[in-house]
Amino acid sequence: MSDDKKLIYFDNNATTPIHPEVLEAMLPFFGPKYGNPSSMYPLAMASAAELKKGREKTAALLGCEPREVIFTSCGTESDNTAIWSALRTQPDRRHFVTSRVEHPAILSNVTLLRKLGYRVTEVGVDEKGNLLWDQFIEALTPDTALASFLWANNETGVIFPIEKMAEACSERGILFHTDAVQVAGKIPLNLAKTKVDMLSVSGHKLNAPKGIGLLYLRRGVKYAPFMLGGHQESGHRGGTENVPYIVGLGRACELALAHMEDENTRVRDLRDHLEAGIIGAIPYTRVNGDPANRVPNTTNISFEYVEGEAILLHLAAAGICASSGSACTSGSLEPSHVLRAMGVPFTAAHGSIRLSLSVSNTAEEVETVIKAFPPIIAKLREMSPFWKDDGPAKDNSMLTCETGSCQVCGG
Amino acid sequence: MWDYTEKVKEHFEHPRNVGVVERIDGDGQVGSLSCGDALRLTIQVDKAKDTIEDARFQTFGCASAIASSSAMTEMIKGKSVDEALKVTNQDIADYLGGLPREKMHCSVLGREALEAAVANYRGVPLPQSDSPIICECFGVTEKEIERTIRENSLTSVEEITFYTKAGGGCGGCQPELEKILKRVLTGNRETALRKTPLEGDGAPPKLTFLQKARLIEEAITHEIAPALMQDGGDIELVDIDGDEVLVRLKGSCATCPSAKRTLADFVTEKLRELVSESITVKEVRS
Repeated sequence: MSDDKKLIYFDNNATTPIHPEVLEAMLPFFGPKYGNPSSMYPLAMASAAELKKGREKTAALLGCEPREVIFTSCGTESDNTAIWSALRTQPDRRHFVTSRVEHPAILSNVTLLRKLGYRVTEVGVDEKGNLLWDQFIEALTPDTALASFLWANNETGVIFPIEKMAEACSERGILFHTDAVQVAGKIPLNLAKTKVDMLSVSGHKLNAPKGIGLLYLRRGVKYAPFMLGGHQESGHRGGTENVPYIVGLGRACELALAHMEDENTRVRDLRDHLEAGIIGAIPYTRVNGDPANRVPNTTNISFEYVEGEAILLHLAAAGICASSGSACTSGSLEPSHVLRAMGVPFTAAHGSIRLSLSVSNTAEEVETVIKAFPPIIAKLREMSPFWKDDGPAKDNSMLTCETGSCQVCGG
Repeated sequence: MWDYTEKVKEHFEHPRNVGVVERIDGDGQVGSLSCGDALRLTIQVDKAKDTIEDARFQTFGCASAIASSSAMTEMIKGKSVDEALKVTNQDIADYLGGLPREKMHCSVLGREALEAAVANYRGVPLPQSDSPIICECFGVTEKEIERTIRENSLTSVEEITFYTKAGGGCGGCQPELEKILKRVLTGNRETALRKTPLEGDGAPPKLTFLQKARLIEEAITHEIAPALMQDGGDIELVDIDGDEVLVRLKGSCATCPSAKRTLADFVTEKLRELVSESITVKEVRS
């Protein structure tokens, strides 16, 4: 596609554009304001002052105290820091609780923890992606060092009842961490009122640049740093502070607070209209995730009997950016672990498309996308051996695999 | 984002030969919806000339699966059935200017559909159908894996996954893939060694009967049978009587009019090359 054609960017859960005001706030710190905040002269004082302001602004978005914010390089670093801090400060506890629908930043640690001899419980979800509450409660034991759960799922937008979960853990003396990368800036947060002990945020999901994140660490929670070094971040993370990016994140958090209402009214309406428009125009589609319990910007729609990557490439040719839970887009050979955990039927798992909006999107863009889908799906279904005329082909022997025992067929 | 060639993108956006042929003489269906890619190839054959008049496909899958299907139909149209069967997965990938290595299984799917359609046309079973399944997640058989390793000169388990998908699900079969890989690679090396004369004067070594019998058996298993499988056939060693090797042909070879020529030209030549110049081959009919 040609560069001059205007992109329709509906992939804000993957990353967001840097807001022009964020960039503007950052620029002086790539130029004359280069001081190291730890140094002892006016040039350094300017950096230290901005660092403090950045911390205050991010704390305002989270509803916590500034000193409870530790700046990191990304959401993944924050997640890793939380897990290993909880395990290292409680060496007598050998159990970790999480869910089957987590981000790789958590799941990759699960593999390692098991190798190291820890017990790990992965709590399941129902067909709408909601947490299986009883399973969660049963998983909590006196040996549990940490429970870590996504606040909102990056693929479906489904929200876990984090306040209630943190409460349940607190009652049992168990540390609770949440990856809030997909909710920060999308739903109002007031961490002071919750029992959440640790929380991860990524800057580039809320219009700050890539390469900056933060870990909220509730005051009084035992902590062991992940990055050893100097006394920066009150000894919580070694390494000279990334001043320009922290300034950018601070500005982005201010903007997110200012846009919160728009996100939860206009963007929600746009998303709902987009979803209704697409599923209304195309048969054999399904929405993945509880429509009544999602962040306002995300929809995940499966188009049965077609494959996601093929849809994405046709969308890209029309200047539309989206993403898919299909196996082929990820380089893995199996469809999204989130959709599989939800028991999405295999006829639909490979053909899922995630559309994630932002306050920058318009009603006009939504109309364009609604119109773009039907011919793309029709073209691919026409080519699909599972489709005949205007419905699924009957008695197709290729519907299930030869063994029937794969994770998709066998459940 | 995958780095697809212009040719892949072009065949994806404007696929050739989509649909079903008017008169279905051969119908090959491979893959499955659950596994993420499936391909149905139908062919219409001019029986007098044994030539593929028309070939059409229906594919569920990603851009490279669609492009591989489209390319494969273009490559086989107008070819004799025997010629068409010579198209390998690498040929399909080359036609498209290459595929990302993680996507090579799309080209293998194309080659498998072609074999399935021809086997269906000839009324013979697929050579892979009696082989045990190694990868339960994607239903990949031992013979498919062995053959893909050989034809594409694969050297790692990761590559086996890229080409066949085997091992890419739960990963439980990876130790088994490692064993198969080792076996095939060792087989190849031994074959290569035997091709070079061992004695200083350049004369082939003198073999005992047991050594000769073992070499014959290995040559048939690792060299001749896989090659015949490409044409939908197979070969079984029945007995060895001095320098006379008795074999039984199976699959499409058994009914193939060119079986006699296959025997004379190919099996004999291979055995003479790999074992001894004095070998003769005789077909046993059951």
